[in-house]
Amino acid sequence: MATPKTDAKISGMGHSMKRKEDPRFIRGQGRYVDDITLPGMLYMDIVRSPYAHAKIKKINTEAALKIPGVLAVIDGPTLEKYKLHWMPTISSDTQMVLPIDEVMYQAQEVCAVIATERYIAADGADAVDVEYEPLPPMMDPFKSMAKGAPVLRKDKKDQKDNIAFHWEAGDRADTDKAMAGAEVVVTENIYLPRIHVASMETCGCVADFDSAQGKLTVYMTTQAPHAIRTVFALVAGHVGLSEERIRIISPDIGGGFGGKVPVYPGYVIAVAASVVIGKPVKWIEDRMENLQADSFARDYHMKVELGAKKDGTMTALRIKTVADHGYSNASANPSKYPAGLFSICTGSYDLKHAFCEVDAVYTHKPPGGVAYRCSFRVTEAVHAIERITDSLAHKLDMDPAALRMKNFIKREQFPYKSVLGWEYDSGDYAPALKKAMDIIGYDALRKEQAEKRKKGELMGIGISSFTEIVGAGPSRDFDILGIKMFDSAEIRVHPTGKAIARFGTKSQGQGHETTYAQIVAEELGIPASDIQVEEGDTDTAPYGLGTYASRSTPTSGAAASLASRKIREKARHIAAHLLECSPADLDWEPGKFFIKGVPQKFKTIQECAFAAYTNHPQGMEAGLEATHYYDPPNLTFPFGSYICVVDIDPGTGVVKVRRFVAVDDCGNIINPMIVDGQIHGGLNQGLAPALYEEISYDDEGNITGGSFIDYLVPTSLESPAWETDKTTTPSPHHPLGAKGVGESATVGAPPAIANAVVDALRHLGVTHIDIPITPEKVWRALQAKAAA
Amino acid sequence: MAMHKISVTVNGAARAAEVESRLLLVHLLREVFRMTGTHVGCDTSHCGACTVILDGEPVKSCTLLAVQADGCKITTVEGLEQGGKLHPVQEGFTEKHGLQCGFCTPGMMLSSVALLERNKNPSEQEIREAIAGNLCRCTGYVNIIKAVQYAAEKMR
Repeated sequence: MATPKTDAKISGMGHSMKRKEDPRFIRGQGRYVDDITLPGMLYMDIVRSPYAHAKIKKINTEAALKIPGVLAVIDGPTLEKYKLHWMPTISSDTQMVLPIDEVMYQAQEVCAVIATERYIAADGADAVDVEYEPLPPMMDPFKSMAKGAPVLRKDKKDQKDNIAFHWEAGDRADTDKAMAGAEVVVTENIYLPRIHVASMETCGCVADFDSAQGKLTVYMTTQAPHAIRTVFALVAGHVGLSEERIRIISPDIGGGFGGKVPVYPGYVIAVAASVVIGKPVKWIEDRMENLQADSFARDYHMKVELGAKKDGTMTALRIKTVADHGYSNASANPSKYPAGLFSICTGSYDLKHAFCEVDAVYTHKPPGGVAYRCSFRVTEAVHAIERITDSLAHKLDMDPAALRMKNFIKREQFPYKSVLGWEYDSGDYAPALKKAMDIIGYDALRKEQAEKRKKGELMGIGISSFTEIVGAGPSRDFDILGIKMFDSAEIRVHPTGKAIARFGTKSQGQGHETTYAQIVAEELGIPASDIQVEEGDTDTAPYGLGTYASRSTPTSGAAASLASRKIREKARHIAAHLLECSPADLDWEPGKFFIKGVPQKFKTIQECAFAAYTNHPQGMEAGLEATHYYDPPNLTFPFGSYICVVDIDPGTGVVKVRRFVAVDDCGNIINPMIVDGQIHGGLNQGLAPALYEEISYDDEGNITGGSFIDYLVPTSLESPAWETDKTTTPSPHHPLGAKGVGESATVGAPPAIANAVVDALRHLGVTHIDIPITPEKVWRALQAKAAA
Repeated sequence: MAMHKISVTVNGAARAAEVESRLLLVHLLREVFRMTGTHVGCDTSHCGACTVILDGEPVKSCTLLAVQADGCKITTVEGLEQGGKLHPVQEGFTEKHGLQCGFCTPGMMLSSVALLERNKNPSEQEIREAIAGNLCRCTGYVNIIKAVQYAAEKMR
């Protein structure tokens, strides 16, 4: 981006303004859900199933209820009285809130204890004795989808098998034909395991039902407060909780990454408890509950095939996926896209034939299929295309960078219509890869690798040239539970020229209070420091679908821009009134209108604001405010090229990331410091699943990786010194040319790391290793080679 | 449950409480003293969100009982700013964008303060080792390291 249009005092776009949210956080004055204490507040603790599948024979609560301070035990039959024992998921499936007689996954909520104190609630949960009759669990999605498998979802009348949905995109016959005619075909079976966002703050809420007013206020760890309010009204409208009587407040959120989009049973139980008992009820998960029961991401078994000519020209892509959705499809995807935006799988390449299909399968695992900072299944798509691209390079003995350069969609092809139906708004892929290669010194690294290989040392270089798809989305195609995926901004300029701006999104660390203020500053010339940004309170903020899938800047950011322009247009008329000229005679520069050719005759935006309340023209409405609900005309398509260098210890199989260069293009940038921070964090959440994190289950349905003891979130010691740079290709349709950036790095990084590891081992015949690439997997691959 | 009278000094102020044997130090701070800057992020002592400085050493306050802190001096995030002046570590975190969601930040800053009190000029590796018991899910650690380096420079 060129030099900022505004000076540092105004701090519009392009300024690395220090964050407005930091002063409270660095003083320990953030207000997270668990920091909220209300008078008379009670605590809730949840009893969970030790079995993945079992009949509940009896729940014995007497011992719990004898503990002084334990007030109630809420179980399925309690909720059944109010018809609240089931709830819809965001994907229009259904899910138990509390079971009546059968549990369907380990750590499922069985009942909840309400007590006067946190420790007493835990004592009570400990004292509840549940009698189970264990049943055989179905843990393998392939067995689950096989003919004759027992039907898991007996609650669903029309369900005759264990398929949650089948979805496909592209022309199957055409792709089959192109694949059959390909000169070269490479195939890999790629599994992306279950992982968990593990935001540092777990989930929780304080539900506060005011029986006198019949009003429910829920302080809640949610990324989408407005949508949650509507869902609550739909679920509990029949017991009197209509939407105007529900207020959702999402206070400071300690990281979300998609894990705080769904409605978990705990929230609903806490609300029910508050309504029944008439007091505020706090529920805060512990970490093990968070990892074991909350929605997971991935669990995608993909068969990926890429056809090409002998010269490396890619011709056809075919992907068949089995997606393990656990006990219920609780993913948070747009209705029309049950497998998310997986059909971005043709990636950065000009492929003419492609087909992909996904079978989503029920098993006895926790429900879900939500995100891990991954833009609606884009991570899965990017992993597939970027891994198989390297397989093709190896098969043809071509350099993986040269192969990518050969197949990139060219600059002049944008806007580019992909064979699977997307219109890529803008892109320029080759310069980004070239820049990454220059920064890391690609040619020298290849020479070093050749030398090392001669000495038996293992070093690999991996590339990922990803294309993201974010900013959901245009209302013609995008809704969640029928609610269109627009988003909003409402801006009020006060008489003294300061402003408040409210949004339908909700920051969880992304720095919206700063970024949005800078957008308004850019458009109105009011210093960003004079603009207060608020989100998360459904009683005050305009309706919106919330923050996930990198959608805030593409949607609410655009709304901020357009609402500001409405205000500026009104201010122009006020300035003309004050300067006694026609609005058409005025020119604008950030912060003031001046008479064309007479720059000394001007009125500042602050003077216009004051006049809007003290001296507005006759016939004009007083005040200076505007609201905009932004319905994006298209999605945005950020992209980038990442290069990773790894060294592998041949004795232990330990992979060390030596360097990692990330060149990102997210269009025009609002705050470069924040964008860089988003990329750093995203890269770490790319490293994590690539090398460390996995949630798996044994045949009995017992979880592994259910605490931070064995779910390995990277520390400062594993995380490399990320190197970032950028190219800038503005979005042609976003009012500011911005594209969104929060998830690019999470999406782009894992295949760069995986490709680097495979590159280090390819001369030994290794073509693929599933992530996480643990020392054991590498060691076994090396042993297999030694044995052969 | 047996109750115990304990006295602690928190951020320079003498505090007393009568607590159950099992009360965790983090809950003494958060729920008894209502100082909510110290956070709880896990239940296995891995995340470090609850880190405070106890008699000069960074400790995980979710893994100590309140009674074990009897007679000790405790520094929490609320005690870093002195007389309206931010601690250099606080300044470093905001200057270098060393925080995003802010949840790990208090613990991360206290581990950093403890490091800088024993080592005025830590190397990057020494900083990485000092904060290895504090998980951050947002920043990728690069800017946290820069924040600590900024503070070290200021404190020298």
